[in-house]
Amino acid sequence: MIEHEYDVIVIGGGPAGLSAATRAVENGLKTLLLENREMLGGIPLQCVHTGFGIHCFKEDLTGGEFITRLIDRAVKNGVESMVKAHVLRVQVDSAYEKTVYAASPIGLLKTRAKAMVYAVGARERHSYEVGLTGDRPDGVYTAGEAQALMDIYGVLPGRRIVILGSGDVGLIMARRFALEKAEVKAVVEVLPYPGGLTRNIVQCLNDFNIPLYLGHMVLEVRGSGRVEKVVVARVGGDMKPVEGSEFELECDTVIVSAGLRPDVDILEKIGVETDPATGGPVVNEFYETSVPLVFAAGNALVINDLVDYDVEQGEAAATFASMLLEDYTTQRLKWRRVERGRNIRLIMPQLVSGTRDVVFYSRVQHPEDNVRVTIRETGFEKRFSRVKPAEMVRIRVNAEELAKVQGEKLTFEVVG
Amino acid sequence: MTRVLEYTCIVCPAGCLLRVEAEEARVLKVYGAACPRGVEYAKQEFSDPRRMVFTVVRVRNGEMPTVSVKTSRPIPKNKVFNLMRMLVSIELEAPVEIGEVILRNAYGADVITTRRVGKRKSSRA
Repeated sequence: MIEHEYDVIVIGGGPAGLSAATRAVENGLKTLLLENREMLGGIPLQCVHTGFGIHCFKEDLTGGEFITRLIDRAVKNGVESMVKAHVLRVQVDSAYEKTVYAASPIGLLKTRAKAMVYAVGARERHSYEVGLTGDRPDGVYTAGEAQALMDIYGVLPGRRIVILGSGDVGLIMARRFALEKAEVKAVVEVLPYPGGLTRNIVQCLNDFNIPLYLGHMVLEVRGSGRVEKVVVARVGGDMKPVEGSEFELECDTVIVSAGLRPDVDILEKIGVETDPATGGPVVNEFYETSVPLVFAAGNALVINDLVDYDVEQGEAAATFASMLLEDYTTQRLKWRRVERGRNIRLIMPQLVSGTRDVVFYSRVQHPEDNVRVTIRETGFEKRFSRVKPAEMVRIRVNAEELAKVQGEKLTFEVVG
Repeated sequence: MTRVLEYTCIVCPAGCLLRVEAEEARVLKVYGAACPRGVEYAKQEFSDPRRMVFTVVRVRNGEMPTVSVKTSRPIPKNKVFNLMRMLVSIELEAPVEIGEVILRNAYGADVITTRRVGKRKSSRA
């Protein structure tokens, strides 16, 4: 039977949520983990390929192997969890009281906790966000939907495939379809260079002779009932389609692989401040949002490119939750805003106190070689031989350095 | 007669551009590798290209209808589709444990499960 009072409720049973719940239990907190799918694990469950756990297990594991280790660790530590629990609403009663309402197999669940770790992950950008027009037939999927269909439910979504977007997810799905003898007609990328790693161009596209159209966009989907074809055009320097360059590709399935956004629906409803740069909540160095004792971690906080970072953030959020439940220091600290300077697209956390070491996660706007990432106000700098938008920059800055900041803000920037 | 061939290394995310200088079937020199694994990869890719295979096979009476699998080591690239065809005919019975060998010595590798699939609970949970 589910008990109704907890120290902390963790929402989301993927890498960040499992890590947060395990750490919370280790720290002696009475913890409940809520997951909306039929089983714990989140997105790695549907990832048959490797690339997981390189930092935290020092091994290159598949998604399933990786997440099984996290699930086993959570179970061994006695994490109490519930699957098929859809959180409908969170109510903030006071700084130390939150009520979480969830639809669950045992009916409407009403649980209360002092603190909450929000780790629901991201949502995928869909066709309407990439300007796809035309008919609205069956056969348009996001990459993640197609992956779940194939690698969890064993259903091939189509036979003749066009993929929009050349990020690693799109490339890995191209190989997955090709392996199942579906014909991948094209991967279409609007930018003049591929979004994913070169090794994925080689082993996912070249190995299977899949054409990559760089500097092209899909203008329209056509089909009545089912997708029949797409209209593709070359894009000019203004990123607009070049007139007269249109051509058609016959296909029955369109896969949209256009990136991720933190899913902040529930946080927004309780008035959490969000950051337009990350798409996630604004957090202080405790990963605490603007609502007291509501923490965020993983892809719901910032889009990470290594699952190891989700684990790191989940564990940290739980550690900070236990620390602040003991002694709520947030109010006593003087917070400085972290600003984005030259070639910094996003940075998290957005508020620091200067009283402790902080790990910053950042992304640049455009690639640069032989640069220093600096804090303008303190003179801190760290060298990088190369920075690029697809690879997160992770920087640890110690407390003494951050304490040097005199004013209200500190500015990260990339300088040559 | 020396030939020069180019490969992109797939061992790690760095993706070094490798140049192999070869005479007949013999590798003389590998350029461009930032680490020894790249040199090994280039030699292998030149003489006998191999790939890991990641896919799913069917599971009966499981909490999900498939289990993910991988090859224990890379298999010859031109045998990948042969292996895929062999896997189509395999159907396992739940429960399936992670790390189970479901096919032994297929093109020099074992095929191993990479997640756990419990037995499906009776109709009402």
